[in-house]
Amino acid sequence: MTNETTKSNASGDAPKDLAVDISDERLVRHEGLGGAVRGFFQRVRGGDLGSLPVVIGLILIWGVFQVMNPNFMSSNNLVDLTMQSAATGTIAIGVVLVLLIAQIDLSIGSVSGLASAILAVGMIQLGWPIWVAVLVALAAAVAIGFLYGILYTRFGVPTFVITLAGLLAVLGLQLKVLGPNGSINLPYDSWIIQLGTTMFLPPWAAYAVAIIAVLAMFFSDWFRSRRRVNAGLTGDPLTVMFIKSGLLLVLLLVAVWYLATSRGLGVMFVLFVAFVVIMNFFLTRTRWGRAVYAVGGNVEAARRAGIKVNRIVISVLMLGTMFAAIGGLFATARLTAATLSSGGGDTNLVAIAAAVIGGTSLFGGRGSAYSALLGILVIQSISNGLSLLNFDSSVRYMITGAVLLLAVIIDALSRRSRATHGQA
Amino acid sequence: MTLEAPLAPQAPLPKEPVLTLRGISKNFGAVQALTAIDMDIYAGEVVAIVGDNGAGKSTLVKILAGVHGADAGTITFNGRRVSIPTPAASRALGLATVFQDLALCDNLDVVSNLFLGREVGGFTLQEEEMEKHSWTLLRQLSAKIPSVRTAVASLSGGQRQTVAIARSLIGDPQVVILDEPTAALGVAQTAEVLNLIENLRERGLGVVLISHNMADVQAVADRVVVLRLGRNNGDFRIPDVSYEEIISAITGATDNAVTRRASAHGSHEGRDS
Repeated sequence: MTNETTKSNASGDAPKDLAVDISDERLVRHEGLGGAVRGFFQRVRGGDLGSLPVVIGLILIWGVFQVMNPNFMSSNNLVDLTMQSAATGTIAIGVVLVLLIAQIDLSIGSVSGLASAILAVGMIQLGWPIWVAVLVALAAAVAIGFLYGILYTRFGVPTFVITLAGLLAVLGLQLKVLGPNGSINLPYDSWIIQLGTTMFLPPWAAYAVAIIAVLAMFFSDWFRSRRRVNAGLTGDPLTVMFIKSGLLLVLLLVAVWYLATSRGLGVMFVLFVAFVVIMNFFLTRTRWGRAVYAVGGNVEAARRAGIKVNRIVISVLMLGTMFAAIGGLFATARLTAATLSSGGGDTNLVAIAAAVIGGTSLFGGRGSAYSALLGILVIQSISNGLSLLNFDSSVRYMITGAVLLLAVIIDALSRRSRATHGQA
Repeated sequence: MTLEAPLAPQAPLPKEPVLTLRGISKNFGAVQALTAIDMDIYAGEVVAIVGDNGAGKSTLVKILAGVHGADAGTITFNGRRVSIPTPAASRALGLATVFQDLALCDNLDVVSNLFLGREVGGFTLQEEEMEKHSWTLLRQLSAKIPSVRTAVASLSGGQRQTVAIARSLIGDPQVVILDEPTAALGVAQTAEVLNLIENLRERGLGVVLISHNMADVQAVADRVVVLRLGRNNGDFRIPDVSYEEIISAITGATDNAVTRRASAHGSHEGRDS
């Protein structure tokens, strides 16, 4: 009897009660809640760590700083942390995209500085409405990304070199735009400055955003499961979906409630997270996203599959500079001024480090938009915590460097583990 | 984009060849890689292209796949003169090429690789449709893939070859070109791939098989085209030709097709009388 079942499976006629995707008898199946948990541990052992190291790292960092300075986890400081993360985190979204196609953009800092300069000069010296200044800044950044894309696809110069040249050239452009003053203050009553300083969601709106986000995730999972069952495939168990959504709901509600005891949830941070979610959607659910991963994984295979590789590369480089510009505008809004040093200093490297710490591979094809969020939270937590402990930036840089190294080592180890478990 | 279509039995063999090459030449700088190659491929037929290293087999494949353009010569597909400037043009015609390196994205899963460049869905992808079709296709090919949601990197050599061949069938091709499909495979996996090739022929597809392995060629091919130093050096029907004759055509022991045909005819007549 057992023999017969095996035979019918092997010959490809799946028994009626099994969905087609699990009818292969060699496939180890995990059913229900326990199965989901076992499957998770199996993936981790196999080197498919996902976001686990970053999340654990973040919890450890928060724990250590909380022990050393009880103010760290105060709601006021956490609100600061979210607002500090938004600008560079937005730049890091662009870095994630560029890294996914196995390229790099070193000029993101300069581009963010240029956006900041254009905003300030447009608003103050030329008297443009704010939204015009914002659009011009974004258009300039997108044009720079387009130029990079053309240079890369036409001449085949590595983006490393193109954007290194861009770093200098765009920095020059930023200084030119700013003019001899070198620093322009923006009025506090403009909405763009309020966005970075005083614009917080009222508690009811923050709760609503949290609940809508969780409902959206639950229904997205549920509908996908329904579609899979209708297509004759296995769906996800409902209990797992409920527990996943429930945990997220509790987490978000507690976070919103805790932040609301101080100033609350900053609109700028909400925008940053929204950008992350939107890019994650484009990367995982659309043709374009699939092409981005394919180009990063095996560019020759992508080309032969008929993907217009040049268009993908150009579009990603344009998005990279666009997010750099948005990040630059956020930074300007937070600092209430555009200066010569806007986007300078460590902006470049912090944004790239955030993407890598968050789990995006430097070698292309692996990573997710969420790595920008997780990575920037890690870096800003370290930076924020060390400032609370009155360490100066020398120590901060060294520790951030060590964390980056650790992240790359974890990436390398998990890649080796994937290779030995046949998941490379 | 239905997957049943490419596998459905097609009309009985037409007399006209699906694909005709005449006088195809290609040079890379000073190297004349191909000189005046002629070839016909019929539906429901497996044509093996054999030749020594540097004979021009891969160049010919790349011209058909749209990777290189031919410098001279004509390509006729279904009686229509065509040019194949890009890989997309090759596929749009109905030529599907499986390269030796398989051109799979290791970081993507089986479904994503099968539908790469031809995803189902409008703005958002219809993953469920694609997964269902993947299973249908793999089952029709009797493929042994445990899960279509595992990354291609975790599959064995034969499984990867299977995925690559299955991928070539999406998009309803009339001719499938396989470049060294058994080169890196073990005995059992080779047998699986040969079964797959026969499966393709039974579906009425024209199959072009590039191979170094004479045993494989004699096992599945109906016709064998020999290339030597970028020129045609023989076109044999497998039942009419011996292993030694193919080898001598490959190595150049017989100088050209004409002398070979003459001697073959001579020996036939000798046997008859």
